[in-house]
Amino acid sequence: MSAGLRPADAIALATVGLRTRRARSALTALGIAIAVAAVVAVLGIAQSAKADLIAQLGEQGNLLTVASGESVNGRGVPLPLSAEPMIARIPPVRTVTAVGTLENVAVRRSRAIPEVQTGGMNILAAEPSLPATLSATVLLGHYLDATAEHYPVTVLGFEAAKILGIGSLRTPTQILLGSHWFTVAGVLAPVAVAPEVDLAALISFGQAADVFGRTAGPSRIYLRADPDQVAAVASVLTATTVPGGQGEVQVRRPSDLLVARIAAKGAFVGLFLGLGGIALLIAGVGIANIMVISVLERRGEIGLRRALGARRRHIAGQFMLESTLLAAAGGLLGVVLGVLATVVAARLGGNPVAIPPAALAAGLGAALVVGALAGLYPAVRAARLAPVEALRTL
Amino acid sequence: MNGVLELSAVRKVYPPPTAVTALDGIDLVVGAGETVAITGASGAGKSTLLSILGTLERPTSGTVRVAGAEVSALSDAALSEVRATRLGFVFQQFFLLDRLSVLDNVATGLIYRGVPPRVRRERAVEALYEVGLAGRIGHRAGQLSGGERQRVAIARAIAGRPAVLLADEPTGNLDSATGAEITTLLSGLAGDATTVVLITHNTEVAAAMRRQVHLRDGRIVSDTSVDTGEVSR
Repeated sequence: MSAGLRPADAIALATVGLRTRRARSALTALGIAIAVAAVVAVLGIAQSAKADLIAQLGEQGNLLTVASGESVNGRGVPLPLSAEPMIARIPPVRTVTAVGTLENVAVRRSRAIPEVQTGGMNILAAEPSLPATLSATVLLGHYLDATAEHYPVTVLGFEAAKILGIGSLRTPTQILLGSHWFTVAGVLAPVAVAPEVDLAALISFGQAADVFGRTAGPSRIYLRADPDQVAAVASVLTATTVPGGQGEVQVRRPSDLLVARIAAKGAFVGLFLGLGGIALLIAGVGIANIMVISVLERRGEIGLRRALGARRRHIAGQFMLESTLLAAAGGLLGVVLGVLATVVAARLGGNPVAIPPAALAAGLGAALVVGALAGLYPAVRAARLAPVEALRTL
Repeated sequence: MNGVLELSAVRKVYPPPTAVTALDGIDLVVGAGETVAITGASGAGKSTLLSILGTLERPTSGTVRVAGAEVSALSDAALSEVRATRLGFVFQQFFLLDRLSVLDNVATGLIYRGVPPRVRRERAVEALYEVGLAGRIGHRAGQLSGGERQRVAIARAIAGRPAVLLADEPTGNLDSATGAEITTLLSGLAGDATTVVLITHNTEVAAAMRRQVHLRDGRIVSDTSVDTGEVSR
């Protein structure tokens, strides 16, 4: 007496059941595919959005800001003009840039818009080192260059450009700052670590002084320090900025805000993953349902196989494998769909595509587990069927 | 006399609620190479007898030996092994997988013996020649006529060269001319190595076998053989 069923034959047998019922197999696999696609897409999209935030966060969250405090009467007190060069001299500081607010100057598209309608926008005097320090990227045109010191040129933050309705710079575009026309040289991409830049029209310190008469020191300084020395730098910033400091300086680490945002996104990921899990469960119930029906329909085949010498475990194995293969096919399709959805979503959101390999493995693994579990009960039913009973079909 | 099939005092009582006594003390010895028709009215116990001969069912009491092995004591897995290696089945409903080719249907008969695919196909082709269906090898089983389908089922049953070929009303779904062809084919398959046992209520089919065993109410009431003459009970 020889051995029983060969493993390769067992797999072939399972595929016969699926191949001979194509429409049904395809629809059942589709259920799993959609659920797995949802899981992969949720993880992928979340990861892509997170990757974007982490990229903005800078290498290790080494960005610090120094802002002027408020005096007793609630007005901003500018930082000393010496503050920026002083800070730049702290050894672990890599890059520094300063901005200065221009208060009570409206940003408008034309004179037809009343000055009081600011749209929340303001004007910031900025330096050429701003994009490097804030990891800001230019979306359209170019950033303020050396000529901007002498000519009325502005670069808009992402939100400001949106509010002003500037989506293209193919034709020369001018906006009104106060009562002076400035040519828009460029538009920045969103700067997550410094949201105030998004709502600003940036001009050079030179133009701020020449056109608007602003000669005071900066109102805010951004700097990046050695990642290992961030805390040490933060501790000396107040004293460096205002020697003999009167506590009028606020030192902040904006990356803390981003970390909180990443955590908040994580909470939603959990919720959507839960929903994806439920979808997977429903798809699993669908497979189990189809497999139970299949066992009922194929009693004759089961009886015949028993007569041909199939053992109970061969019958159980056939249905288990069928169910698992069905789920695996659905899982593979789902992974492909999920990756596509992630790529599309990331492109639309302007985020980098980042799909964690663990998400792919988890999606496929979950499909396999669901398929095996769904096949268990029908397989046991099929195996328990007495051969004579199974053959007594019309 | 030593037979390939030996039944001694076999009783089969189905559990309640039916509690039917399907077989009531069957003693039967079938020798190698015999062709046996088991006849009887509906409910006489023909199907139960064939199931017990085919190890698809266990008797309530009594002993059953298939090719020398006492099977009433064997485990389910061991019984499957006996069916895979010693027995071939042909059914009234054919039980073909309609969407598979004729060749694949026949080759499936050997799948539970662990025979490699190449050998399975070779044996399947041989079996199809034997039943006269060599020209239909690539057809789908679902495209064939009833007589051809039964020939495929017979080829599947004999591909493993079983010691005993058991047929359950093999002509029940066929017209009489086709049925006669199948009967001739089945009786022709018997030889030194193969014993054919079929159940039928068709007297012409029964008459084509060399031995007829007639059942009534679970007992053998007559056992006629061309070779040994009538042995009534």
